[in-house]
Amino acid sequence: MAVITYREALNAALAEEMERDPDVFLMGEEVGVYNGAYKVSKGLLDRFGEMRVVDTPITELGFAGLGVGAAMTGIRPVIEFMTWNFAILAFDQIFNSAAKLRSMSAGQFKMPITFRGPTGAALQLAAQHSQSLESQVAHYPGIKVVVPGTPADAKGLLKASIRDDDPVAFFEGEMLYNLKGEVPDDDDLVIPLGVADLKREGGDVSIITHGKMVHTALQAAAQLEKDGIQADVLDLRTLRPLDTDAILATVAKTNRVVLVEEGWPYGGITATVAALIQEEAFDHLDAPVLRLTQADVPMPYAKGLERAVKPTAELLIEKVNRVLYR
Amino acid sequence: MDTMPETKTRKTEARAAQPQDGPAPQPSQKSDAERLEGFEREQLRKMMWDMLLARRFEEKAAESYALGKIGGFCHLYIGQEAVAVGAIHALRDDDYVMTAYREHVHALQKGVSANAVMAELYGRADGCSGGKGGSMHMFGADVNYLGGHGIVGGQIPLALGVAWKIKYKKEDRVMQVYCGEAAVNQGAFHESLNMAALWKLPLVLIVENNRFGMGTAWERAASLYDIWQKASAYAMPSAVADGMDVLDCYRVAKEAHDRARAGEGPTLIEARTYRYVGHSMSDPVSGVYRTKEDVEKEKANDPISIFAGLLARNDILSQQELEEMDAEVKRISEESAEFAENSPEPALDQVYTDIYSTEDVNGRLYFDMRDR
Repeated sequence: MAVITYREALNAALAEEMERDPDVFLMGEEVGVYNGAYKVSKGLLDRFGEMRVVDTPITELGFAGLGVGAAMTGIRPVIEFMTWNFAILAFDQIFNSAAKLRSMSAGQFKMPITFRGPTGAALQLAAQHSQSLESQVAHYPGIKVVVPGTPADAKGLLKASIRDDDPVAFFEGEMLYNLKGEVPDDDDLVIPLGVADLKREGGDVSIITHGKMVHTALQAAAQLEKDGIQADVLDLRTLRPLDTDAILATVAKTNRVVLVEEGWPYGGITATVAALIQEEAFDHLDAPVLRLTQADVPMPYAKGLERAVKPTAELLIEKVNRVLYR
Repeated sequence: MDTMPETKTRKTEARAAQPQDGPAPQPSQKSDAERLEGFEREQLRKMMWDMLLARRFEEKAAESYALGKIGGFCHLYIGQEAVAVGAIHALRDDDYVMTAYREHVHALQKGVSANAVMAELYGRADGCSGGKGGSMHMFGADVNYLGGHGIVGGQIPLALGVAWKIKYKKEDRVMQVYCGEAAVNQGAFHESLNMAALWKLPLVLIVENNRFGMGTAWERAASLYDIWQKASAYAMPSAVADGMDVLDCYRVAKEAHDRARAGEGPTLIEARTYRYVGHSMSDPVSGVYRTKEDVEKEKANDPISIFAGLLARNDILSQQELEEMDAEVKRISEESAEFAENSPEPALDQVYTDIYSTEDVNGRLYFDMRDR
């Protein structure tokens, strides 16, 4: 078991899949000569050449659509967005083409494409560069949505996403690239999509989350343990398909739930999971399901304001205490 | 501009955006012999047959629409047939075609059967998209017909990607994509032209300039009238085709295909044509944006009449043969409607199929696959 960063794990996944399948290519802004804006593609141009590691103009709609057209006729693109914030320009191609072509053609075309890039707020990047857009993308049937929180998950889920015959939107935590973690020494580490992972076991309360917030949840759980409270931390890992069995199992076990996401509450992932729980597990609940999200505002720049808007471990502990009626 | 790739194809003078006199397409000034040079008799007759089928098929579709048998939007190609028929005749079977939502004729011409196109219009199980696509989303993967796209300009980046695939796999193929003139103002058009030229991709983009984006005249929407000139911003060759002359459309497209196959990159073609019908079946033929007289005047340029005259004058297809041909394509169109009528509705258990590659991932693929 090697200890590597989340960035290195993603790089290894890309390199291994490109080695394995000559139809896999990486395309995006600064992915080649510059080695990637976040260095995820470091060394890949030298290794695979310029037909397979392709620097694009700044033209998100255009190269996202290029990927979709290439995928529908049989090759396997990995399209990197410098950040998902810029992918908003490409949403027509992701939502209207990638997510729908299989359905509109009654299954005549497969769509083996992975769109990937960093998501979520970093530090003081202000409103247009600090967004968690996975809930918006997950709104569309026809696309799969993956949000890894650890280096091992990043590697195994990216490999699974690239091999998948459906379009996958892969959201990397912008603040996680330097995070270190154990990753199995296995060049065939593939983690299936649609399977959540219980990152911590405890019987008193369930914290259900994904992505960067997994670490906020683990931090809160460690603090709660000092007060004698044991929390389940369920990492969804994939938002579509959603591992509803794992969600309902932890709810049945603890009967108390706090849902956490980095993005906005309105129409968010937590709203969807809360609806599922009240529809399918109402009788298991001993308290209302609570949610912790970013405040429902565009992200402000000033340090203090930004801190006040983001979800934190302290706020999460408060919510947990409320569902425990403490 | 000495680095500009040149094309041998005729260009017209650049015109600033102002209402233009008369039809945009300039009727061919060539002699009959020049126009017919290089074409086999059988191919010419087949082009006539294809244009006639396109016309009669869509007239039948309009009739079925009026009877309520076809729903939704239905954009007809009547008046524009020479463009797709001519340009697709200049392709090989393994080349690709993609277009927007005015697409029935492109699907037919690329080899999707009249029955499958009509059944799709009727929303039936035997339709070329199983009844899930409709008028705007027809596909024929087996004949390299790639649809059928409903967002103006959205198909152009997709076609760029197919052209990328051709280069990536080192294939000897061409990607031919169509858009209407109104799509030229979308960012997708410009982003795609830039990358196609930058990477010398085998993309042939045919702009069907029928002079109106729905009800907005082109000169009211564009600062530069001449679409072929847009290519110069991307150092790309371009050409104008007389979109009412099937042979001119063939020649201009063929030249572009040859260039694409030779690795010389993309071409932009402006085909100047005219639509004799409303934007869609739910829109009037004329009204606030053009008069009935305008449309009648343009019908003097009917691509089918012009071509029929050329073939008759040169003893390639007599009037009697034309009438027999017309009867045959009318019968095919009628039969396609009967076929569609008799095709079953898609089974309701098809609602959840073809959304993902596998219908069940770890027990549940959808969040919401419940009984309603």
